[in-house]
Amino acid sequence: MLILKNIDVFYGKIHTIKRVSLHVNKGEIVTLIGGNGAGKTTILRTISGLIRSSSGDLILDGHDISKKSPDSIVKTGISHVPEGRLVFNPLSVEDNLLLGSYNRYSMKNRSIIKSDMEMIYTIFPVLKKRSKQLAGTLSGGEQQMLAIGRALMARPKLLLLDEPSMGLAPIVIKEIFRYIVELRDTYGLTVLLVEQNARSALRIANTGYVLETGRILLQGPAEDLLSNRDVQRAYLGRDVDYEI
Amino acid sequence: MYWEGEKECIDRGTLKQLQLERLQSTVLRVYMNVPFYRKKFDELGIDPDSFRSLEDVSKLPFTSKDDLRVSYPYGMFAVPLREVVRVQTSSGTTGMPTAVGYTRNDIKNWSNLAARILVSGGVTQNDIVQIAFDYGLFTGALGLHYGAERIGASVIPISSVNTKRQVKIMQDFKTTALMCTPSYALAVADTISEMGLDLSSLSLKYGLFGAEPWSEEMRNELQGKLNIVATDNYGLSEVMSPGVAGECALRNGLHINEDHFLIEVVDPETLQPLPEGKTGELVITTLTKEAFPVVRFRTRDLTSLITEPCACGRTFVRMSKVLGRTDDMIKIRGINVFPSQVEAVLAEIEGTEPHFQIVLDRKAAADEMTVLVEVSESIFFDQVRKQKNFIERIKSRLTSELGIPVEVRPVEKQTLERLDGRVKKVVDRRLV
Repeated sequence: MLILKNIDVFYGKIHTIKRVSLHVNKGEIVTLIGGNGAGKTTILRTISGLIRSSSGDLILDGHDISKKSPDSIVKTGISHVPEGRLVFNPLSVEDNLLLGSYNRYSMKNRSIIKSDMEMIYTIFPVLKKRSKQLAGTLSGGEQQMLAIGRALMARPKLLLLDEPSMGLAPIVIKEIFRYIVELRDTYGLTVLLVEQNARSALRIANTGYVLETGRILLQGPAEDLLSNRDVQRAYLGRDVDYEI
Repeated sequence: MYWEGEKECIDRGTLKQLQLERLQSTVLRVYMNVPFYRKKFDELGIDPDSFRSLEDVSKLPFTSKDDLRVSYPYGMFAVPLREVVRVQTSSGTTGMPTAVGYTRNDIKNWSNLAARILVSGGVTQNDIVQIAFDYGLFTGALGLHYGAERIGASVIPISSVNTKRQVKIMQDFKTTALMCTPSYALAVADTISEMGLDLSSLSLKYGLFGAEPWSEEMRNELQGKLNIVATDNYGLSEVMSPGVAGECALRNGLHINEDHFLIEVVDPETLQPLPEGKTGELVITTLTKEAFPVVRFRTRDLTSLITEPCACGRTFVRMSKVLGRTDDMIKIRGINVFPSQVEAVLAEIEGTEPHFQIVLDRKAAADEMTVLVEVSESIFFDQVRKQKNFIERIKSRLTSELGIPVEVRPVEKQTLERLDGRVKKVVDRRLV
């Protein structure tokens, strides 16, 4: 579905992403793990057009999208859930969701959008309960659900998720990850998931990429990365020596 | 029948992307983790970040068997030993041994790749698999063993025992699939007939043979004598053995597991990549191995690639049966010739013994190739015309096969020079 081939990104003179190649198959969760500053968010922002790559191919369903603007990338079917959720605090939950459909909003589409919103409420029942509440008053987990729901309102084929577990309690993280799995398994959504919480991400993902200083050091089935001891030591917070 | 159908029938474009991703990270990891490669890259000024296409693999230095010997035992490992769950050595028939290691993931991949080969050779979970390769530090037996268990077949890890016992077990346990070298399979077939056994008292259906080159004629013989479907598989201990490639039921070349190995065929002398279909040395870069990755490993095995799609549905490129070793290659009038090509032509033409000798001379600055063939006495003495015809047939077949003029001379049995009971295949008098 999505293919990155030799993507280079510069911040000024700094070469932050070095000829990164990766691919995301339809219906899969692919996770990009790595330490702070490895370039995970930069890659997501490059895909959604917020940052321009200096070279390389960015292909969605056979079409090059590397020159497209962020809003037309949303129209081609990619929705980005940003790090820190960035919900619109002073707006109600419902308005936040509605804003997610801005790319196709029109009087004609009103009933479709209405039913899409019902769909989001079916997936995340808590959002329905809070629909009139201001987004700023929601808990972190609820805000994350709202951010995902808002992204889904654009009817994406591919969801880019940036650190959905950030700042959440372990039990809430579990819940969010269950939702991500449900989106894949029940709704057939394709997900590119960036996570510092590498273990949880690898457990639900089909494929994983390990990013280090802007380069992909390892790629493979997620279960293989989970049992790779380099990955364990560096990203799963586990020192094998101590355990022995 | 596939083991990992989605992967074995992967769309070629997706495969290329996957190979590129894996090549890029392999190059990075060998540079970071294997001092041998780091030093070599630095010397040659290779930037591990500069690999942007599969063709860039040609920027990498070759790895030879000698490189591995020098770093014996652990010098080429890319992970600390505590992450290695298995160590094996090469068969060591050609001098100093080499050691290779596997992580847990490597063993898992190896099992899956061996399972692919077994399944493409016909084996299912209902089969009873007799593994007559030597267990131990040699890798062949364990590779197949794990693969067969992975499929769920019943494995008889008999290893090498005396052939009569091998046959007895085969009979008692109703073995359906035999795994060994082709020459050993021939010994098994002979023992069966020596013992006066009826083939119908055995349950054999499949033979998966490897670890040495064998011809189509040998396949026909084995299939006939054992009443089996015989397939070839390929691997080498330095890379993965077996696991690199295996034949499907169509038996027309070995599908290379390209999602795990990047393959090149190069001219063994100039080391330049050869166009598709040309015979040359197989060179392998591992794409997923953790403990013992190698880049551009020179296998010294001669083969050619078949890129035409296979009717079995697998999209992986095929390699022809291994024709021989690069050490056997001779260059005549600029053309590479392998004794195995001559052998195949002779075996094809009825009445010849496989004993022959290639004699090379240089006259008027041109190379001349003569093949001395030991023929059976009846042909040799009785009918001059028949003999002449026969020699002409060999001559024209060889000339068209090799693309150079060839002289053929019949000689009497047992007259060719022998060394340790074996005929010297090539006598090169051009240097004198």
